[in-house]
Amino acid sequence: MKSHRYPVDLTDEQIEEFGRELDAIRDEVFDARGDSDRAYILRVIKTQRSLAVIGRFIIYLSLFFIPAWGHALASWPVMLGIMALGTVMLGVAKILENMEIAHNVLHAQWDWMKDPEIQSNTWEWDTMSPSDRWMHSHNVVHHTWTNVLEKDLDVGYGIMRVTPMQKWKPAYLLQPVYFILLMLLFEEGVALHEQAIDDHLKGKNKFADFKPLMKRIGYKIWRQVAKDYIAWPLAAALVAIPISFYVPFSPLMVFAMVAGANAIANLMRNIWAFIIIFCGHFPAGAHNFTLEQIEGETRARWYLRQMLGSCNIEGGRLFHILSGNLSHQIEHHLFPDMCSNRYKEVAPRVRALADRYGIPYNSASLLRQFGTTWLKNLRLAFPGGGEPYDGNRQQATQS
Amino acid sequence: MRQPSPPSPGSAPSIWSRLSTLTDYFAWPLRTSHYLELVNPLWTTHKLQARVVKVWDETRDARTLTLRPGLNWRGHRAGQHVRIGIPANGKHYTRTYTISSPPERDDDCFTITVKAIDKGTISHHIVRNIKVGDYLPIGLPQGDFYLPDAQPVQPLFITAGSGITPAFSMLNSLIAQGRLPDTCHLHYAPHEFDVVLGKELKALAQKHDRYHLHLLYTRDGEDKRHARFSTAQLDALCPDWKERDVYACGPPALLEAVEHCFEQAGRSRHLHIERFRAPFTEIPADAVGGRVRFAQSNVDTEGDSETPLLKVAEAAGMNPPHGCRMGICHTCNTTLKSGCVRDLRTGEILNEAGSIVQTCICAAAGDCELDL
Repeated sequence: MKSHRYPVDLTDEQIEEFGRELDAIRDEVFDARGDSDRAYILRVIKTQRSLAVIGRFIIYLSLFFIPAWGHALASWPVMLGIMALGTVMLGVAKILENMEIAHNVLHAQWDWMKDPEIQSNTWEWDTMSPSDRWMHSHNVVHHTWTNVLEKDLDVGYGIMRVTPMQKWKPAYLLQPVYFILLMLLFEEGVALHEQAIDDHLKGKNKFADFKPLMKRIGYKIWRQVAKDYIAWPLAAALVAIPISFYVPFSPLMVFAMVAGANAIANLMRNIWAFIIIFCGHFPAGAHNFTLEQIEGETRARWYLRQMLGSCNIEGGRLFHILSGNLSHQIEHHLFPDMCSNRYKEVAPRVRALADRYGIPYNSASLLRQFGTTWLKNLRLAFPGGGEPYDGNRQQATQS
Repeated sequence: MRQPSPPSPGSAPSIWSRLSTLTDYFAWPLRTSHYLELVNPLWTTHKLQARVVKVWDETRDARTLTLRPGLNWRGHRAGQHVRIGIPANGKHYTRTYTISSPPERDDDCFTITVKAIDKGTISHHIVRNIKVGDYLPIGLPQGDFYLPDAQPVQPLFITAGSGITPAFSMLNSLIAQGRLPDTCHLHYAPHEFDVVLGKELKALAQKHDRYHLHLLYTRDGEDKRHARFSTAQLDALCPDWKERDVYACGPPALLEAVEHCFEQAGRSRHLHIERFRAPFTEIPADAVGGRVRFAQSNVDTEGDSETPLLKVAEAAGMNPPHGCRMGICHTCNTTLKSGCVRDLRTGEILNEAGSIVQTCICAAAGDCELDL
């Protein structure tokens, strides 16, 4: 019997069976977790913290190669080379922290260890969004209502048209600009990614209603700014003041250079996170759903929706780690609280299962996934771009 | 991690804590201590750790670990215990062990002596797998099972198995202070080769005339039954027991017998007992739900074996945090204070106090108490 309205040619019973097989994979992996998984996350955390602190000190070190010092190695190319090395290390550390560590810790992937230091409810991360607010908008809203229009705020983030099912309006003409702006200011965008703010812009609530929330976000933003753009640059500038009597170089410039290096590290992380995350649900072939379509959804059907709505990116081991294993977006959406180092071994099994049931498994190179995401963004800035979804039709619809 | 720990009441913030408030601006959202940990795990302030500096096998199933605690450690009193975090199979477990070394030890280390007990995964893990160089998270010394400083007491120790450890620490402390009073000690073990710290005890008994040690073997020799604790035995071995302060530590059966004996003699006030609370609740054979208690809200209600605890809480008029209601978002995570719950997805039973419970997909399996 087929009573569901998902774009697959499967009976209800087949979907339930599909769900049971996924449950079995989940149980098997969860039971197998042990020492090696713990060693993995501890190693990543240690590497990340070392990279961050060493990167910051290499940025400091580069200041001793400013030409004004007058020694043999003091020249702009040497100085900028060293500073670039430190900046890249810091940028990679921030990427690791946000993607492979914090995102996954906040998904409770490591709660099973019961390690009081690595718990989803106490972890705070190196970005402007307070972790508990992000857990709400991401874990609860996005992962429960993945790709469902009017429910999942991540469908276009309230500013973009990512599927022809969204009704076009003139504001979307500017979305290629939003696309670039959001890429550069992704950290700030995530911090302000709140239902309450979205509602406020639509005039549904008063500012006073969510003032405490804004205060919390504001505090987090202040501490982030204080670290990268005040504390670290200021320490360098304070040391530079007495030195400036002997080496003719302005402490203000020192301040600006350290702050600039930190800004570039943050920018690196913003662009990388944006690319990986936009490849998760927006490339060509990803499905979106309407509320009517998912009425009375069972766990197995929820699995099916996650699978149809998510896209994997292919790449090497380091690529997977730097993407926080979100390159295994499909597996992540099926098993959001499975520890991320296990997605790689689960992926071929999930793929085989998808093949057996004839369910599309969207996996391709970064170039293809990000390329189609971008092209879609350009196309959907204008009206049309595909059939608006009609909930009564049974055949597959791709956006 | 989110909140800096408040300074302890009554003490001005130290120079270090003032300085770290400043350096924490550089380390946010972590703390300076997280980076110090990269250099030396013993320098941390966000958690206390100890380095295993020596492992020593006391018997074939008991091991003494010598631990060097981090900078924030404070000295213990002989007889106190300490909580130790042990990673086993990737999971973090917390167990409480009595410190077996005296506080007068001069190398800033302390020891714990662990006996591998039947079915005790963690004690087996400590006895078999912990090695020199490992770092273990520890708590601060706790407990009120120690000798008074002020008045001279004539102690009688009644111990069995690994219950020897607080007595051993107290004895060595008294000796180190040069004020060992007339002391009587009854220690029970299955066999002679099973006596934890046996050699050390015998050496103490030989060296100090005022220390009277009676080792009793419950499974050796012919008169096994006579080796168990009884009032008659106490009369025979320590005739003046009614004038002594008694410190007892051992398995529940022994402690029950000792309590009964002293109650009858009207000497309960002079009996000091140390018991270790079992972290596990017995899983009821017919796990069909039971009484559910939400500790923070002070709500008692009933929950059956199929209804998620989240629904039970809501039916009782509470509104605990929750999100997806299907076990994926972990918004509803709370702590099991006691009792048993069952994961409805996997059928797995959680019965260890301190376990994380997802209320939206866990139901009562017998009585349970949640930190909600």
